[in-house]
Amino acid sequence: MYCDNCKERPATVHITQIHNDKKVEMHLCEACAAKKGTYVMNWGQGLTEGFTLPNLLSGFFGGAMPLVNGPVDSRPSPASCPGCGMSFHQFTQTGRLGCRQCYDSYASQIEPILRRIHGNTQHLGRVPARSGEKVRLQKTIDNLKKKLQDAVSREEYEQAAELRDRIKALEREKEIEERG
Amino acid sequence: MSIADVFDRKDISWMDGTGPDSDIVISSRVRLARNLYKFPFPHLLDDTTGPQVMQLISQSVSKSGDKVIKGLELVTLDALSTLDRNILMEKHLLSPEHAASSAPYQGLIVDKDGSLAIMINEEDHLRIQCLLSGLQLNQAYKYAQTVDDALEKLLDYAFSEKLGYLTACPTNVGTGMRASVMLHLPAMALTNQISSVVQSITQVGLTVRGMYGEGTEAAGNLYQLSNQVTLGQTEEDIINNLWVITVQLATQERNLRERLQKEIKYQIEDKVMRSYGLLTNARLLTSAEALSLLSDVRMGIEMGILSPVKREVLNQLIVAINPSHVQKAAGRELEPRERDIKRAEIIKEKLLAS
Repeated sequence: MYCDNCKERPATVHITQIHNDKKVEMHLCEACAAKKGTYVMNWGQGLTEGFTLPNLLSGFFGGAMPLVNGPVDSRPSPASCPGCGMSFHQFTQTGRLGCRQCYDSYASQIEPILRRIHGNTQHLGRVPARSGEKVRLQKTIDNLKKKLQDAVSREEYEQAAELRDRIKALEREKEIEERG
Repeated sequence: MSIADVFDRKDISWMDGTGPDSDIVISSRVRLARNLYKFPFPHLLDDTTGPQVMQLISQSVSKSGDKVIKGLELVTLDALSTLDRNILMEKHLLSPEHAASSAPYQGLIVDKDGSLAIMINEEDHLRIQCLLSGLQLNQAYKYAQTVDDALEKLLDYAFSEKLGYLTACPTNVGTGMRASVMLHLPAMALTNQISSVVQSITQVGLTVRGMYGEGTEAAGNLYQLSNQVTLGQTEEDIINNLWVITVQLATQERNLRERLQKEIKYQIEDKVMRSYGLLTNARLLTSAEALSLLSDVRMGIEMGILSPVKREVLNQLIVAINPSHVQKAAGRELEPRERDIKRAEIIKEKLLAS
């Protein structure tokens, strides 16, 4: 789709305005949108008058944020994601997360958003063959480690030794998997 | 295979007019969003990490022994002119966002008939798109899955057991899959049923958009129907859901066309004939007018009012009338008015030749 104004460049800014109950839609390229002044997207400042997709998204994501009456989160979220340094506020502005770790870093804020978008928070689809195997192994290892702790605290050392050997074997398997 | 082949080829797979229900369903598309484990999402890539992602993907494709991706070439977008990127967008092989940008570490892998297009460093590191003619959602999904498997053998994906494939935008997380069909629904539009259809479709987790995706109007009575939800459903369920609704809409559209022919035969025939007359005689045609007239003609042909023109030709036309294709055909940049002249020539020639 091309810009309504110059009809040359692809339209990347989509504006919908409601004026006296009448819907007006405009599809502009960034250059023409900038010329129109009032609708300029100020990516850096996040202050805009236009009703653009990023704005719509940030409203959508931001709106899911205040959880004053919602479930109280036990895990405090970091100010910035250790994986990429992005803050949750930045995400609400752009609608895009910074890296895979953001999903962990901001798990408690993202969960209500996922519920709102998908009505769901658990993946049911396909699992990648290789990476999926790693994920599965790690999960088994984590479970066994918990069992090991239990066994130690119950002073069942024979069982603990068995579990320890099993964990070691799985960790070796995982290492081989990782090296490809 | 070089990308030049894609520009020159008229027989892009989705345009060939074959496949089930291709009287109503123009094309079926499945797109999988995938990200690499080691890198931040594309919008945080820089001059060091960006090229690394490109190189990693390009090396993996050239190393791969799987025949679905073997021998395919990665083209960096900044190696293409703006016109060429727009040509690819008009052929649905590049997203509008990707076509508008020219970052040095964005790229595209296309197979020779355009049924497979892999966009690199768009919103996600990888966007695997399979695009086929008619209602072939299952085939498109199988194809995408095979490509996905081949790539995953060599690339570590960002995947979590709980949330599935991790994507830059949480609207894609889970399966990372967007399946869509492009439908031609002139009778529904004519009888003002589209808005109620849109409403009921939204309730079953699907969305309706115009031909070029997000934020576009449905020109030429072409509607793109796609799944909204990507998390908490299996890929098969998503495909099935979309398939069932598509078949229902196609049936409804056919029934309406039959009724129109019974109840207002002369008005319908008149509309179709007039549109054909305009398309084959007009000297100036804007793309909006051309799309709308082509919609009438397409409906007329499917209803047996006009003598048959191959679906393939009509599909090629809805692409060939776009600004970049018109300019490519003219061999130079054109002012909007000049484009209208050239566009009218292209349409007339194509329609009269077939």
